[in-house]
Amino acid sequence: MKRRDFLRNTIPATILPSFVNGHTVTALSPSPWLTSLTNFATETDHVLVIIQMNGGNDGLNMIIPRDNYSNYYKARTNIAIPENKILTLQGNAATGLHPAMTGIQELFNNGKATIVQAAGYPEPNLSHFRSTDIWMSASDSDEVIDSGWVGRYLNYEFPNFPSGYPNATMPDPLAIQIGSVSSLTFQGPGMGMAMSISNPTSFYNIVDDIKDPAPATRAGKELTYIREIARQTELFAGAIKNAASKSSQQLPYPDGNILAAQLKIVARLIKGGLKTRVYMVSYTGFDTHSMQAEEMDTTTGKHALLLKQLSDAVKAFQDDLAFLGIEDRVISFTFSEFGRRIKSNYSMGTDHGVAAPMLVFGSKVQPGVLGSNPSISANVSVNDNIPHQYDYRSIYASVLEKWFCADSSALQSILLKNFQSLPIIQDGSCNGINELNKKAGVNLISNYPNPFTSQTSVKYITQGGHTLVQVIDCMGRVVTVLVDKDQIGNTYTLPFNSTGLAPGVYYLRLQNGPLQQVKPILKVK
Amino acid sequence: MDRRSFLKARRAKKNIVSTYTVSGRTSTGLNQYSGSWTKNEVAHLLKRTMFGATLPDIEYFSQKTMEQCVDELLTITSPMPDPPLKDYDTGDAQNPDSDVDAGTTWIYSNNEDSDVGEKRKQSLKKWWIGILLNQPRNIREKMTLFWHNHFATEMASSQNARFAYKHHTLLRQNCLGNFKALARSIAIDPLMLVYQNGEHNSKYAPDENFARELQELFTLGKENNPNYTEDDVKAAARVLTGWRNDELSNTSYFDGSSHDTGNKTFSSFYNNKTIQGKSGSTAGEEELDELINMIFSKGAEASVYIVKELYKWFVYYEIDQAAEENVIAPLAQMLQNYNWDIAPVLSALLKSEHFFDVMNQGCFIKSPVDFVVGTCREMKVALPPGSDYTTAYAACGELLWLSSLMQQELGDPPSVSGWPAYYQIPTFHEMWINNDTYPKRNQFTDTLINTGYTLNNFLLQVDSVAFARSLNNPGDPKMLVEDSLAVLYRIQLSDTIKEQLKKEILLTGQTNDYYWTNAWNTYIANPTDMMAYQTVHTRLSELYKYLLALPEYQLS
Repeated sequence: MKRRDFLRNTIPATILPSFVNGHTVTALSPSPWLTSLTNFATETDHVLVIIQMNGGNDGLNMIIPRDNYSNYYKARTNIAIPENKILTLQGNAATGLHPAMTGIQELFNNGKATIVQAAGYPEPNLSHFRSTDIWMSASDSDEVIDSGWVGRYLNYEFPNFPSGYPNATMPDPLAIQIGSVSSLTFQGPGMGMAMSISNPTSFYNIVDDIKDPAPATRAGKELTYIREIARQTELFAGAIKNAASKSSQQLPYPDGNILAAQLKIVARLIKGGLKTRVYMVSYTGFDTHSMQAEEMDTTTGKHALLLKQLSDAVKAFQDDLAFLGIEDRVISFTFSEFGRRIKSNYSMGTDHGVAAPMLVFGSKVQPGVLGSNPSISANVSVNDNIPHQYDYRSIYASVLEKWFCADSSALQSILLKNFQSLPIIQDGSCNGINELNKKAGVNLISNYPNPFTSQTSVKYITQGGHTLVQVIDCMGRVVTVLVDKDQIGNTYTLPFNSTGLAPGVYYLRLQNGPLQQVKPILKVK
Repeated sequence: MDRRSFLKARRAKKNIVSTYTVSGRTSTGLNQYSGSWTKNEVAHLLKRTMFGATLPDIEYFSQKTMEQCVDELLTITSPMPDPPLKDYDTGDAQNPDSDVDAGTTWIYSNNEDSDVGEKRKQSLKKWWIGILLNQPRNIREKMTLFWHNHFATEMASSQNARFAYKHHTLLRQNCLGNFKALARSIAIDPLMLVYQNGEHNSKYAPDENFARELQELFTLGKENNPNYTEDDVKAAARVLTGWRNDELSNTSYFDGSSHDTGNKTFSSFYNNKTIQGKSGSTAGEEELDELINMIFSKGAEASVYIVKELYKWFVYYEIDQAAEENVIAPLAQMLQNYNWDIAPVLSALLKSEHFFDVMNQGCFIKSPVDFVVGTCREMKVALPPGSDYTTAYAACGELLWLSSLMQQELGDPPSVSGWPAYYQIPTFHEMWINNDTYPKRNQFTDTLINTGYTLNNFLLQVDSVAFARSLNNPGDPKMLVEDSLAVLYRIQLSDTIKEQLKKEILLTGQTNDYYWTNAWNTYIANPTDMMAYQTVHTRLSELYKYLLALPEYQLS
């Protein structure tokens, strides 16, 4: 069957229009890569593990600005981590970790962890529900997309799935969600691309049924769906059981740690030889509106326990991967639907916020801290948020490009737009040469005068290529876009007229290839 | 055209798995349904409005007209259930509730011990399963669960099981009541005040949690693009400052000293409405009234939102353009005309030709609780007697656990948004079925038929023979298959498949129906003859295991 016919036949009518009216039309039309459907998929043994921190993680108590401690402390005195308790990072004096994260500290100091500061997106949405969908679908804030970013990636690599699967090229599930709930992340355009399992060794025998054709009604649609699940379960169950039983001894994982238990299964399945590319694990509890830290000792409490779980689990996982000899094949990253407010509330907690750091782990990451600490003023108000420095989709784009070796046209069709590539994965993972940009310390964007009343001049340096300069307010909304085009490498100056904007803090954001800088500016009366 | 010939006509083209298209669309609306009224339609109505359709219920309602049936389902005369009992032992708790005798209710005894709290919440959940298993012939329990999914709370958020009991009693008592009134009650309901941090919401630091969900999830929704702003969330949070809980009296109360007495001004979406800040003991109630009035002044948004929720709960998750125009819009208008009373709207929906449209039959994937409870009811699983409350609660606890494994735990939905199956675009109900949960459903029905679940000395098990005996003519294998399917399935099977089931399972490959009839008659004549019993029991168990394991059985 041709891919187009397949899509026409399988995508429910309600999904198709939004899909076609979106940005993915190119993926639907015949293109050279569609001609050879067999063996199309990019050869790679790389694995991605996505760790979901459900509820909105308080990034500011996870990755702590040591260089601006007094303002940090002032903004959230009742939950602030004492300065002398913050874990330090080798080679990064400005930034520190929550004291519960000793495992991740060790990984970082051994070059196996990267911190991406202030990941988020423009026009942030503060609803759990909606923001989770945004992160999973990789949509813009004001756009509803019915498929997940990993689902689209897998659909690009395995366009005919599930018809004819499993097969010799891909005998295993494309993606595995640990747990019983399916996630939007793995929703392909029209078909779920992942298998959910909570225990890799106990599958139930699905009856080998005799059946009528499904009627052309809604009932028939649902019946077809359930039959497909039954068929897949039966087919993939053997592969998973087999992998789980093959796996050799593993290093110990911490007890009573729900995340560690999930990662242990992942390590076992990878070692067991599954060709599955993406795994997702998740745990919850980050919606810490109240009592996120203990009054007597702010290094303890709800949030500290959650971070300890993460740190212990990831450390055990990484050690186990090394022990099993598969460390170089796996990277993982964390995400949460949003960060929390800079200022804490009176119930020893924090309300919904905007951007927060993402952590990337693995022996093949480019270690370090990407971006700068969020700026926190001396007088933070209740509504102040951390503006995003990196669009979260840049992390997705970088993983797809540098880890899964997707080319730029594929990236465009999977992520629906162009996003900057970040230096989070070591060069050479795709045997390509990716240029490094180490511009830390160089001032790429600045303004004069500052503070200003109505107009100020913005000066920036571009290395050439696509250049984006935005002004963002403290809620993370893009107020204006000053530049969004290809430019010749040079220094440019242009005016920013702030008429009509309320006085307060704004941020200039420069994005140029992998380079990224955010500078706070102040408008006064 | 009746349903069967309709399906036959539609079935002309052969379908292959995973090349599926829905070709039919319906433009039926709210005109009262006047088509054929047979057991097929009765089963459709019952499976959607109750948990499973039992044979006696189908027979009972078949004696009435469609209108009478819907009216009866919507008229709740059954008394509220007796409160949950102490089925637990608190020997190792620090502060056991020894003031409550075993087997009596704990709802009057305040106890702040967390071990006791956990056990009480479990007892409450088991009690709930028990109510579902013994539900009266009306819509109460489906609607109670509807509101639980809509105004979602998690018992896990509070140690206090009395708050949870109070909360769910509020939902059950008002399940066919007034939406606006219920939303107001929910805003100051103790469990919700804990769950959404309302009890910490004070003038010093407004907590936006409930104020946001009140608008986003509970009244206006987000899909019909209401343009309330972040500032509206903040202003509403300030209106709601000052509500506190008192565990001893099991109530919430207003603490004026924590209340923000400043004026709260809303955005242009609410016509720049200002709620004047008030002080004094009634300030909380008065400002809450104003807030609720203001939100419900957005009549179009609020009515469309809740009507769509009802549609997704009773009809199907996909709302196409025709349904939007012919069903949602008029029902939303009706809800406003009736000042937010739910019953008349439900009555119109359930009596409509749209509800009974063949396109809308059999397309509803059963939720885990519907699946587990419905199976027990439809298969006539015998329950421990109420007098043996320990065993009765243990049995309910087992079913609670099984439905949790299939991803639905009564009292503890995954989040304030309720269960993803009712909101997650685009898959909705299909979320219930995946490679993990589908095998678990199979395992449950197989176990229930094969070995049953042993609780104390009681065996919770399907009696396949007793079920067959309750049918009209079990001696005729053809009728046996036909009548079983009429209770269990909403998808019509072809004659070929039915013939195959009869032949391969009941006749063990023989071709003459007489072999089954003979075996059945032998058993009926000698019910104590073990060999005669085994002959029919083995075959019937195989038949029901098979039917209950198929994808078709997941649909209602």
